[in-house]
Amino acid sequence: MKWLAPSLACALILSSSAPARAEIDLSGSWASINHEDAMERGAGPNPDDWAGLPFNESGRAKALSFSQSTISMPERICWFQTQWHIAAGPFSLRMWAVPDPITGKVQAWVVGSWETRAPMTIWMDGRPRPSKNAPHDQTGFTTGVWNGNELIATTTHLKTGYIRRNGAPSSDQATITTHFRRHGDMLTVVMFMDDPVYLTEPYILSRSYNLSTNPVAIGGPPCIVGDEGVESGRVPHYLPGQNPFTDEMKKRYGIPVEAAMGGAETMYPEYREKIKSSFVLPAKCAQNCGRPAGQ
Amino acid sequence: MRRLTLFVVVLLIAQTGLYAQRGRGAGPAPARTPQAAAPIDLTGYWVSVVTEDWRYRMVTPSKGDYQGVPMTPAAVAIADAWDPAKEQASGDACKSYGAPAILRVPGRLHITWQDEQTLKMDSDAGQQTRTFHFGDWKAPEGPHTIQGHSVAVWEGGGRGATDGSMKVTTTNLKAGYLRKNGVPYSDGTSLTEYFELITEPSGSPLLVVTIVTTDPMYLRQAFVITSQFKKEPNDAKWKPTSCSATW
Repeated sequence: MKWLAPSLACALILSSSAPARAEIDLSGSWASINHEDAMERGAGPNPDDWAGLPFNESGRAKALSFSQSTISMPERICWFQTQWHIAAGPFSLRMWAVPDPITGKVQAWVVGSWETRAPMTIWMDGRPRPSKNAPHDQTGFTTGVWNGNELIATTTHLKTGYIRRNGAPSSDQATITTHFRRHGDMLTVVMFMDDPVYLTEPYILSRSYNLSTNPVAIGGPPCIVGDEGVESGRVPHYLPGQNPFTDEMKKRYGIPVEAAMGGAETMYPEYREKIKSSFVLPAKCAQNCGRPAGQ
Repeated sequence: MRRLTLFVVVLLIAQTGLYAQRGRGAGPAPARTPQAAAPIDLTGYWVSVVTEDWRYRMVTPSKGDYQGVPMTPAAVAIADAWDPAKEQASGDACKSYGAPAILRVPGRLHITWQDEQTLKMDSDAGQQTRTFHFGDWKAPEGPHTIQGHSVAVWEGGGRGATDGSMKVTTTNLKAGYLRKNGVPYSDGTSLTEYFELITEPSGSPLLVVTIVTTDPMYLRQAFVITSQFKKEPNDAKWKPTSCSATW
């Protein structure tokens, strides 16, 4: 008992020391800067363009079976967008903190929803992750920790989705790790997709945002299921060897088919030597050239 | 009770000492060099991870393919006249290896301390060298150069191996290309870059550089991109290559 007082004093003093975790304010409207992957994030990627994706054979095979009409099926209209859509889509972010009503401490950070991407609620209160057998959905379950001035969010419990909007798949075993870093009025978001089912190594994308005084709208879900003309019982797809778009990147940009099929080696510089002799520079860009309007 | 008081006093003194070591609340201390004060270790060999803008980086983009770049009409006119063969022949092959573009060129970086005030970054692709000057470095007079003058400061840090960043401001640039297919930047361009480390889920460090290019002549707004690099253990894959205007 005589050590109770010193122990309490010790605990009190230690708890008053410099915070082990730093926090910065991420709240506000962040306007997306879509200068990288502009077409892929905006209008959408070219069909069968998987260059730079660390596919394994399963990932490539599933992507090759994909028909864009798949997402017109009533069962799959709402299937497409997991939290990966933060990086794969063009949208701005709105973030806010949710305080614990009793302590006032930040209980969660929220990245607001957009269209069919559900809000990402990043739980900061140390709550346990659900059982791996718990239901999976597009929202997933996300926890966060501060690492200095960096917020790191880890998302699991996702349903199957995509990592590129041309059918490159993600599985329900995927983990998304998202790093938020702020530099004044600029936010850098780096996302890792780690999927043991379809990828041989994590797929990395980074995005930039400017702090905006114009409020970013948040909207949806729920995603509304509608009839887009796919008759009941039909599942649009391509059987192995029958995908008609495998040479699309070659026709449009001179990029060899093998490069467009992806794989981890397509992410690294030495791959350029492998395709140098088979690449043919087109005379001029003919389609989806991003020419400024009116020029 | 006296024992308790003594105990608390000793603990407070110890805490104060800890703060001092962290540089918080300490009195004047000898100034540390930028190298000694570096909150993150950027040195080593790094390899590009090309998962973004693949067709503008891993192969030569087509003439007229300008997706994502907020070009002015004057910039479009220049890019429309791009002639890579002519540039290769005239010795202008390095125009797409300048500071605003070099971190988009697939390749490897070697970052070292040139001295206690200067961080040096070499690229094997195009064999370019950038130097990041800390402190009160004064840029020398002279013509604009392909890598320009870069001034660096450390921001943040102190809370772990990946906390903090290096902010670099670059001016005095010679005109060049943002992309190999002739998308231009002028000699009035300035760059602001943030070099930072992120820990991959595997535990490996990832170098992430946010690059903000401002050019009142050829860009309608700041052009913002980020590039990633994985760390490599040594120079085994270091392969110096010359600039090329065609590949």
